[in-house]
Amino acid sequence: MEATFQPLGDQAVVVQFGTTMSLEAYQQVRRVALILDRHPIPGMVEYIPAYTTITIFYNPQALYDWNQKHTARERAEESDTLYQVMCNLIREQLKQATVVSAGEERTVEIPVCYGGELGPDLSDVAALNQITEQEVINIHAGGDYLVYMIGFAPGFPYIGGMSERIAAPRRKSPRLSIPAGSVGIAGKQTGIYPMETPGGWQIIGRTPLRLFRPEDDTPSLLQAGDRVRFYPISMEEYRAFEEGSS
Amino acid sequence: MTVRVIRPGLLTSVQDAGRYGFQKHGVIVSGVMDPLAHRIANLLVGNEETQATLEMTLKGPSLEFLEDALISICGGDLSPSVEGTPVPLWKPIFLKKGSVLDFGPCRTGIRAYLAIAGGWDVPLIMNSRSTYLRAGIGGFQGRALKVGDELSAGTRTRLGEEMVKRLSSQSARAAFTAAEWGVAQEMVPNYTSAPVIRAIRGNQYDWFTQESQIAFYSEPYKVTPQSDRMGYRLDGPTLELTEPMELISEAVAFGSVQVPAEGKPIVLLADRQTTGGYPKIAQIATIDLPLIAQTKPGDTIRFTEISREEAEWLLLDRENQIRQLKTGILVKNT
Repeated sequence: MEATFQPLGDQAVVVQFGTTMSLEAYQQVRRVALILDRHPIPGMVEYIPAYTTITIFYNPQALYDWNQKHTARERAEESDTLYQVMCNLIREQLKQATVVSAGEERTVEIPVCYGGELGPDLSDVAALNQITEQEVINIHAGGDYLVYMIGFAPGFPYIGGMSERIAAPRRKSPRLSIPAGSVGIAGKQTGIYPMETPGGWQIIGRTPLRLFRPEDDTPSLLQAGDRVRFYPISMEEYRAFEEGSS
Repeated sequence: MTVRVIRPGLLTSVQDAGRYGFQKHGVIVSGVMDPLAHRIANLLVGNEETQATLEMTLKGPSLEFLEDALISICGGDLSPSVEGTPVPLWKPIFLKKGSVLDFGPCRTGIRAYLAIAGGWDVPLIMNSRSTYLRAGIGGFQGRALKVGDELSAGTRTRLGEEMVKRLSSQSARAAFTAAEWGVAQEMVPNYTSAPVIRAIRGNQYDWFTQESQIAFYSEPYKVTPQSDRMGYRLDGPTLELTEPMELISEAVAFGSVQVPAEGKPIVLLADRQTTGGYPKIAQIATIDLPLIAQTKPGDTIRFTEISREEAEWLLLDRENQIRQLKTGILVKNT
């Protein structure tokens, strides 16, 4: 799969693998991330992996200084913009680096209390797909999921593998506040809000698990590459869970 | 302890240039809203640019200094004063022990940055001193300042010590002494309630109708009350896609202008999420981030398009000015 490059403003490059979510695109993004971990690029600040993209942020001044020092004489790079310099550096790095393998896979089970006041958009998602609320729950909890990325907020997992039979577009206007643990759907994606935040996903339920633990060494419960399974719990079980953990 | 909070102000928090390197775990950058004012404030007291400053919002605090201090205030004009005497912005200031630094009405901008020689001494969390308010992480106990809080400053640099020596010997009586020199007027941004913000096309610019593309760059947008450190929601012409399309979530940046389905643009700022799924019509040029960060609800923004190349050159030019300022400060004090 060929990588394409786009700028994100004047300090970042978006490296894209295709325009549809696929396991192959995910694996390409993973590969770039692992290469960058081992072989950072001059001027690079950090990167953000997503489903089909990995965005590399750089410090323009540091990149400019590096470029002046290393390439000004050899090549007529004077006319190159910093963006072009960065794209070339990324291309070279990806060409040279050998493929590295990802670590082992984990499965994390996540209890969810679906519908009611904890899942106010469950009925909308059911109506949009012309099925019952119970069918939405069965389909959501019956899926086999993969965490593609952590983003949007600390510990927020973007989870792929959801059935298109329960897909639903984002809400027209984002909610100003969505409670921690809320489980949502946006398009063909499902995800969990780790903390209270504004957001535009359709909320179908809530988990009592804490996804973001800033006091831990790995602050995110889920990591990119994890397998996930959801299972339904009742309101009573939800409350018992909450009391048990506090 | 160096400073005691008598009155905290509306939203006063410890911030630095931001928490970089953890966005892949979903940990947001946070940090100052006006990076230029923050950096210059640090340079004026001999600090490294990476030190933390206090970001004060709209209605500033009242701070009692428990020991002598070298400070500077940059950014918006929140009417700082000591014993009723106005304290100038964009200059090094020597304050004597016992002085009370008071902030009054907001004259220009909305955010001011208070730097202290040695930097505000709070723990480094994930390599940064920035306060991530929503998560309660970093800065001073993970929160905005409250009445009675006491903060200390770190160790001054040699340059900071030299500046203290010079200023403290100038006047024995005054409550504070301002340096005769300051930042050149050309370097101070023109904070206005009706700024023209330079922006580059976003990666989904072509998804929008031609009318929307034109409207975005020609019509005024109002900053709504639903605006904070995370982002500004703007009100103005509705922006429409040529056909309904869902963007696969991808990284966003400081100054990304995203448009949800309702068609009102949202400018993502310091406390932005790491990724987003709304199409981006534009990306504000880094050079103009301070201008938008200093607007408040009710202000009117206009966007004007520039090329990415131009944005790059403006940015490098600004970096050059900052380097010159740094050298100038060093020369004046050695």
